[in-house]
Amino acid sequence: MINADFWKAFARNKGAVFGLVILAGILVLAAFASVLFPGDPWDMATAPFQPPLSDGSPLGSDMLGRDIAAGIAHGARVSLLIGLTSTAAALAIGVTLGALAGFHGGRVDDAIMRFTELFQTIPNFVLAVVLVAIFTPSLTTIVAAIAIVSWPPLARLARAEFMSLRTREFVQAAITTGQSNSAIILRQILPNSLSPIIVSASLMVATAILLESSLSFLGLGDPNAMSWGYMIGAARTVIRQAWWMSFFPGLAIVLTVLALNLVGEGLNDALNPKLARSRG
Amino acid sequence: MTRRISGLTLGFPTGFQRAAAAGLLAAVLAIPALSGITAAPAAAQETPVKGGVLNSIVQPEPPTLMLGLNQQGPTQTVAGKIYQGLLTYDQKLEPMPSLAKSWTVSPDGLTYTFKLFENVTWHDGKPFTAKDVVFSTSKFLMEVHPRARAVFARCESITAPDDLTVEFKLKEPFPAFLQSFEVSSAPMVPAHIYEGSDFRANPANATPIGTGPFKLKEWVKGSHIQLVRNEAYYKQGLPYLDGITFRVIPDAASRSLALESGQVQQTQYSDVEPFEVPRLKALPNLDLSTKGYEFVAPLSWLEINHRVKPLDDKRFRKAIAYAIDRKFIRDKIWFGLGRVPTGPINSVVKFYDPKVTTYEPNVEKAKALLDEMGLKPDAKGVRATVKIMPMPYGETWTRLGEYLKQALGKAGIAVTLESTDAAGWSQRVANWDYEITTNFLYQYGDPALGVARTYISDNIRKGVLFTNTMGYSNPKVDALFASAAREIDPAKRQADYSEVQQILADELPVVWLLEMEFPTFLDKRVKNANKTAIGVNDTYEDVWLAAK
Repeated sequence: MINADFWKAFARNKGAVFGLVILAGILVLAAFASVLFPGDPWDMATAPFQPPLSDGSPLGSDMLGRDIAAGIAHGARVSLLIGLTSTAAALAIGVTLGALAGFHGGRVDDAIMRFTELFQTIPNFVLAVVLVAIFTPSLTTIVAAIAIVSWPPLARLARAEFMSLRTREFVQAAITTGQSNSAIILRQILPNSLSPIIVSASLMVATAILLESSLSFLGLGDPNAMSWGYMIGAARTVIRQAWWMSFFPGLAIVLTVLALNLVGEGLNDALNPKLARSRG
Repeated sequence: MTRRISGLTLGFPTGFQRAAAAGLLAAVLAIPALSGITAAPAAAQETPVKGGVLNSIVQPEPPTLMLGLNQQGPTQTVAGKIYQGLLTYDQKLEPMPSLAKSWTVSPDGLTYTFKLFENVTWHDGKPFTAKDVVFSTSKFLMEVHPRARAVFARCESITAPDDLTVEFKLKEPFPAFLQSFEVSSAPMVPAHIYEGSDFRANPANATPIGTGPFKLKEWVKGSHIQLVRNEAYYKQGLPYLDGITFRVIPDAASRSLALESGQVQQTQYSDVEPFEVPRLKALPNLDLSTKGYEFVAPLSWLEINHRVKPLDDKRFRKAIAYAIDRKFIRDKIWFGLGRVPTGPINSVVKFYDPKVTTYEPNVEKAKALLDEMGLKPDAKGVRATVKIMPMPYGETWTRLGEYLKQALGKAGIAVTLESTDAAGWSQRVANWDYEITTNFLYQYGDPALGVARTYISDNIRKGVLFTNTMGYSNPKVDALFASAAREIDPAKRQADYSEVQQILADELPVVWLLEMEFPTFLDKRVKNANKTAIGVNDTYEDVWLAAK
């Protein structure tokens, strides 16, 4: 699937390439955070309320003298970690349930879809806030809460794909040759339904990062992990005195989410067979 | 010999005679002032003018204004204008007259006699007499007010020899008794309304009837509480103000804006967040004062659970004290509001003694103490791990938690921060389910009332908040607090309290962080406000508004 054609199609979307570059930059920043900014981002390294470009703190310092740049680099780790793991968890739940519902149909489908609707009727963010508040904020509970509120659309998507592929000839052939249900699901249908799932998963990473930032902004982040949402939430009250404390982490969130959306769009173009055909 | 303190001759700066004279003067001077031909504007400015409405903030909105039933901060600020106690206190915590004109204490320290002002009436027109005082202190408050119950349970009898005299006879001497009569500690309630009723369910609770200079006119829930002048107030010519309106403004930024725009002329306690104080202080129309909180005198500390190892070792607690920089906490987290404490008694409270062991920030000393305990650093430099659960009272306390984590980390004490909500915090602290938390308590003007409760072993009571939740126990400390509470000779009391302060400062049952100060902002037009130890909670009978 990922071959020269794919890259050609992907590169045709200039925005996607731009997004990929930004995303790579953020990944590098996260990976080398402890090299670029050794020590703890919570350390009160300089004087409080230092504006950007002052000595030792390129992006300024916050109200306790913590370096904003170090916070953004270390926060990138937390944001990406939470974005990726919660999406992976949501994928595992959503695709499994969607696949079972779409493949088996009938009562299994009914049962699973009613269960999914139960989650879809509750507003995402409210449920996430309640879950994190009940299970006390930590990285694990935040990932779990985001995964729990994000899987229903994936389940719906996987179900639709499975229902349509279930009736195709290659699947019918596999059934006639006596392959087991699990083999058909995993080896026949799943690989053929991956494209839309990958596209929506890439967008879901962006949503997860936003969700985590919103939770941290409200003070429901892991109190031991530096994150962008926390930085904005903490600096919100002094915004009239010190704009930089909330501006730079906000910029980091905007760039990351934008990059992920652009990449998601590029993936959509590259993986969508209809679009590929129209390109000739 | 009887020690007699007469309100009319001593310590009566806000009293009846002077106020009446000032009122007359105001009436005379008001005429030229109005016609705009004042020769000496400065002098005219300082003469009280009648009229005008003071606007302030009440936050959060109180559940009731019946002060006997509820003594939360916002209730006190509003209801302190409606109800009165027998006494109020100046900013050195010396008693001043309120409903009591004068008082005497017998030489054996067992009998307290109060003489009441004449012609005092309740807001419904019925006369206020000594019977109301006896009913309030021996029946009403005993049933519904825990802090008053602890004080008045010490009385053998409370009697009214005549309509203007009340006599309290104590079972044993308790000099702090005289500090227990301010309006929130012992508000006077009308016997003719409450006698024989279910106090908590009495319909009159919704329409509070007190003796104070202001009456409740209107309370629109979620919007404002409007008080108006009590025309029948027993001090002639008072109050000056036509009324006081307290606005409910739940959002902190909006509260600061209301003050900035002149919509309100006064804020108190936590209305304005510490980080806003430097900005508002610079405004030309506002005065900032941190006085007027001497009676509550809050002291905050790191509350340490002595049931958890190694927190039971005083060397470990000392290491914590050396590892933190309390000046940094005061200057950077509280934006300069507060004083660095030395021991268990707030420096504005009586019997404070600064001559105790103090702990300047010194990480090396902290490490040395941990070494001595055998807590050696591991590969990551960690000697011990503790959990800190910051108080969920807003972001200043969250910042404090983050600071503590970093500061203790430098000494090799790794900190895991726990977050919780207000209900969870109360429940966990009361049931001893914590390692370290931050906390602050009011001291109520006397160590016997507000300090001893945290350290004496009698007060280790599971499930009850603001007791000795650390589980600290030292028989010597118990004995000193007990004897100081009974001692009537002030010099001997001081000796007991000095000794107990030295012991506590050496054993550090808690690590004191900050003598907290609250900012009171007053518009420069507001005169005579915030002069006593209860500051904004006082009656405001002689507060007046200068012309714009």
